[in-house]
Amino acid sequence: MAFLEIDGLRKRFGQVEILKGIDLDLEKGGFLVLVGPSGCGKSTLLNTIAGLETITAGEIRVDGRTINDLHPSKRDIAMVFQSYALYPNMTVAGNISFGMEMRGVPAAERQKAIDKVAKVLQIGHLLQRKPSQLSGGQRQRVAMGRALVRDPKLFLFDEPLSNLDAKLRVDMRIEIKRLHATTGTTIVYVTHDQIEAMTLATKIAVMRDGEVQQFGTPAEIYNNPTNLFVADFMGSPAMNLIPATIGTDGNALSVVLQREAREPISLPMANAPAGLSAFQGKPIIFGVRPEALTDPEGAERNASNIATADCHIEVVEPAGSDTFAVTNLGGKGVVARLRADANIQPGTNTPLAFNLTKAVFFDPATETRIR
Amino acid sequence: MSAVATSARQASGGINVKLVNRIVIYGLLALFAVFYLMPLFVMLVTSFKTMDEIQNGNMLALPRAPTFDPWLKAWGETCVGLTCAGIKGYFWNSIKMVVPAVLISTMLGALNGYVLTKWRFRGATLVFGLMLFACFIPFQSVLLPMATILGSLGRFGVTLQNTFGTSFGLGNPTVNLVFVHVVYGIGFTTLFFRNYYEAFPTELVKAAQVDGASFFQIFRRIMLPNSMPIFVVTVIYQFTNIWNDFLFASAYAGTGDAMPMTVALNNVVNTSTGVVEYNVNMAAAMIAALPTLLVYVLAGRYFVRGLMAGAVKG
Repeated sequence: MAFLEIDGLRKRFGQVEILKGIDLDLEKGGFLVLVGPSGCGKSTLLNTIAGLETITAGEIRVDGRTINDLHPSKRDIAMVFQSYALYPNMTVAGNISFGMEMRGVPAAERQKAIDKVAKVLQIGHLLQRKPSQLSGGQRQRVAMGRALVRDPKLFLFDEPLSNLDAKLRVDMRIEIKRLHATTGTTIVYVTHDQIEAMTLATKIAVMRDGEVQQFGTPAEIYNNPTNLFVADFMGSPAMNLIPATIGTDGNALSVVLQREAREPISLPMANAPAGLSAFQGKPIIFGVRPEALTDPEGAERNASNIATADCHIEVVEPAGSDTFAVTNLGGKGVVARLRADANIQPGTNTPLAFNLTKAVFFDPATETRIR
Repeated sequence: MSAVATSARQASGGINVKLVNRIVIYGLLALFAVFYLMPLFVMLVTSFKTMDEIQNGNMLALPRAPTFDPWLKAWGETCVGLTCAGIKGYFWNSIKMVVPAVLISTMLGALNGYVLTKWRFRGATLVFGLMLFACFIPFQSVLLPMATILGSLGRFGVTLQNTFGTSFGLGNPTVNLVFVHVVYGIGFTTLFFRNYYEAFPTELVKAAQVDGASFFQIFRRIMLPNSMPIFVVTVIYQFTNIWNDFLFASAYAGTGDAMPMTVALNNVVNTSTGVVEYNVNMAAAMIAALPTLLVYVLAGRYFVRGLMAGAVKG
């Protein structure tokens, strides 16, 4: 039995349905990331788990116990808020121990718990300061300390890194991951940043308009998106989604891509998905990640199905670790990811290798995956 | 005239125009300030003069031999109506009325603001809108109905007195005035606190809920300690209004021992026993004005911004 189980959760504000039947589960010690664009309901979902929002229908269980109607403080959860929500009138120590004080924990025990958490997070020297005297990263740490000190069954994080600058965000991301690894806690984490989702999660739920689009491990989400939205949302730079048609090349099916002022490219496929044969001569969306579209020398040696085609390079973006090249296929800008030292000039024609083993196909009408 | 000649003339006259502008602006400002402060100045200098000097001298002249006698007489000896024991008793009457009225109305306003912003219920906006009406009620219009209510409360107090041996303050004029000022102050205090708490980060309340704090614990431990600026504003506003109120004071406690300062001052000035003692009247008026001045000076120091710094974000 899973540690956190959410069954058929619905939430309605007046006539508007914010959550339309959410089913999720998470094993003990797991790290579930709810990711999606703003307004998708991910924060509302987190608030219903915390008990800060009531639910219209469905059930939430933690460790086998139904917590639907419990007060937030009785759910054995701790929450880290986006704005940190530190009490400005209390010291760091006061902030961390406020919950214990409310539960009537004796002062000596409180002090012991504060010291322990301060040691873990290295905030011992800050305990007597007020939140206004702390930097962003320190506030973040104190907010985590306030959650850690409870030693709850479930940690809830509501976009905890979105107020930090880029470098600090990466540092704190690693710190959260380390904290999760060392303490073995169960975490539900909300973010709109798909990189945070990929790096932190053991399970990702991609949400849109109050529905879970796909629920799975980061690798599943990345390599096997179930629909166009998930494919487009996850990954940076984003997956190339190119309008194409299915043709035939000898006995095999092939992907036909239109080019500007030249004859179309036809990429023969060795192991096309079975569903694709029904789309012969019809339009599809051809999805290929930038790393699966590269210079022939940089292509994966042991990939079984690589097709090479000459492409006109419009823009070259050297990013240091890689070089990105933009070409135009099917009327859209398509990004290819090349080796950093690839010798490539804008305005020239260069052969690019398509790794078709990693390619995915979508039905443009239903936006679902063709398997 | 050519454009070149015009601009040259302007350049040479530029400094003079600027100077004249300054003189006109500061001259006008000074004139208004003098106009505004003149009565206060006359009151102050008159209160330190002897009657001889007032009758024979210039109203604006500084006192030749400053004396505190008018102040002492106003405080302890002057006649209010028929009793001649100074205004000190009435001064304390006002304090006894103002302090509870200000504190109760401010706390209720804070509580209302807290509920209206952090514990929104269906129709919260409507309730707030209706409460705002209290700010626009002309007080003359409620004088008689309120007198009827206070009369009923007084009779109920007599019943309580006969039954339990205590009236719980019902029927006491000071309690009546506190009640009236609290009722008519809530509209304003609620408005102040609601607008302040509207911008107060709701996540703090949520965090406290997760921490297990109750409704009143959140109010006392989280909301109130972070409300100093608006608390001070409300106290200053309420104190000034209630202390200076004459209408309710004269209507509901216009005679007898509970008479507040404002009514007493009026009676001091209207008491005619031969010569009008302008110096004593002025001193009494100054004494009546001092507490509001004191509240501004003392509370104004805490009127600092940025108390919320560090609560949220960076």
